[in-house]
Amino acid sequence: MFKPSKLHGEFFMQGDIACAEGALAAGCRFLGGYPITPATEVAERMAYRLPILDGVFIQFEDEIASIAGVLGASWAGVKALTSTSGPGISLMNENIGLGMMMETPCVIVNVQRAGPSTGLPTTFAQSDIMQARFGSHGDYGVIALAPKSPQEMFDLTITAFNYSEKYRMPVFVLADAVVGHMTEKVIIPPVEELEIFERVYTTKKPGDYKPYELDGKNVPDFAKAGDGYRFHTTGLTHDERGYPIMTEETQWKCVPRLMEKISKHVDDIVLLEERDTEDADVIVIAYGITSRTVLPAIAMAREKGIKVGLLRPITIWPFPEKRITELAKKVQGFVVPEINMGQYVLEVDRVAGKYVPVKSIPHPGGGFHKFDDIVKAIEEVAHG
Amino acid sequence: MRNEIRLSGSGGQGLITAGVILAKAALLDGNLVTQTQSYGPESRGGASRADVLISDEDVYFPEAVNLDVLMVLTQKACDKYLYDMKDTGILIADNTQVKNISLTSHNIYEMPVTEIATEKLGTVLPTNILSLSYLVKITGIVTPESLRKAIRDTVKPAYVELNLKAMKLGMKLAEKSQQETER
Repeated sequence: MFKPSKLHGEFFMQGDIACAEGALAAGCRFLGGYPITPATEVAERMAYRLPILDGVFIQFEDEIASIAGVLGASWAGVKALTSTSGPGISLMNENIGLGMMMETPCVIVNVQRAGPSTGLPTTFAQSDIMQARFGSHGDYGVIALAPKSPQEMFDLTITAFNYSEKYRMPVFVLADAVVGHMTEKVIIPPVEELEIFERVYTTKKPGDYKPYELDGKNVPDFAKAGDGYRFHTTGLTHDERGYPIMTEETQWKCVPRLMEKISKHVDDIVLLEERDTEDADVIVIAYGITSRTVLPAIAMAREKGIKVGLLRPITIWPFPEKRITELAKKVQGFVVPEINMGQYVLEVDRVAGKYVPVKSIPHPGGGFHKFDDIVKAIEEVAHG
Repeated sequence: MRNEIRLSGSGGQGLITAGVILAKAALLDGNLVTQTQSYGPESRGGASRADVLISDEDVYFPEAVNLDVLMVLTQKACDKYLYDMKDTGILIADNTQVKNISLTSHNIYEMPVTEIATEKLGTVLPTNILSLSYLVKITGIVTPESLRKAIRDTVKPAYVELNLKAMKLGMKLAEKSQQETER
């Protein structure tokens, strides 16, 4: 049977499987998860591949335990992944907050399907944009990436691992059932050619190490499990030693930093794709699969003489506020089609709405926008 | 040039596997290919379909909207997708189950593939490959060499022989249909 440890070459690969391969290429050696359509194939592939690579796969009793296992694996020094869909994220949210508070690197893949509740379990939506941003209680910064193809399921899963280690936090890959279940050509470069950000370990001796001491850095260094470091970490508000200090003063030191470690490095994290935005009068903002399905409509509008461009946030969170503000000052308006009832558009409107009109094109899921609806919205914005 | 092919029927008929095989074959022929799928929550019996988009340039829209080729293995799939076909589209129907096609066109091919698979191969299992091979021969959408390679590459080793037999049979049936059409 075909059992290579490291894949490279050209493949015809499903998005979910490419995601698993991306994780493995990034050095992930643990998956804790629970099967759910349309994300099951990620776990299935990892269950097959991880034992070959001396990794560990655990199917837990549910998603709550899965994310807890992933956080534990990460503290043990292993890059860890979980894959699920919206209902699984709903269950994981409490411990996602724990991961944010303890600053635990890991990657959470959400292959989105249409909700609420069980909704349309085997079809697609982009329904968890705001759940990714605000799912757990309290304030924290978020990084989320939206792939549009199996190739990007591979590439962006690696990027997500890099960000998670660099910024010490759970990072989301916000895929959807179309991209997850789509099969296309995927090029996997040799592992030596990939840029992999490895975990930064402390150089201090065990007695001198404090797990949340910054030493002027953006995030604290890790201690290597098994190397004799004894320390404490907790979901409670904590000081540099990781011990709970439940005062207003410590809260002020602890919480704003969880946001600032992202907000001060937005330019490093934000990835954008732009098409014909230079001369555009109208800009369509679309992410994930929608950034592909709107292209025929954009071409139709261009044929009608309207100068339309596409801005595609590859990084959904943090929000690409700087670029959208720049564009808002020179275009006539924005059109925001998304396969939810209007989530990302709220943020676009907050930033661009004070300059120009922002038009939402909602869709509850289970299908794509009709070309005509998008063309009509573009025309409305173009002609005022 | 973009060719849109939809294989449709019900869950358990192996249509998504057939879609992946067709897509792999098209890729081997040097095309750009996107394969997408749609199915219900049931593991068997619900509606199921695989779309294969074969193009010489990037495929943006990932579903078939204007079908060049439609294969239907159930009446339900036929009723649902018939009108997504182009005027020049080719319809391939398994008339083991599809009894009523509400369209008249020269481009309709009817063949009781499920029945023939059961009768000639002793099992219903390779119906997907039998019908896909029939489709490939009728449309010429991919080369037989690439199809054979894609089958070998995709199905479990124990089933390769059976499926290659099904491929041969499907191609032969298609030749027969083509001769009948010419007459």
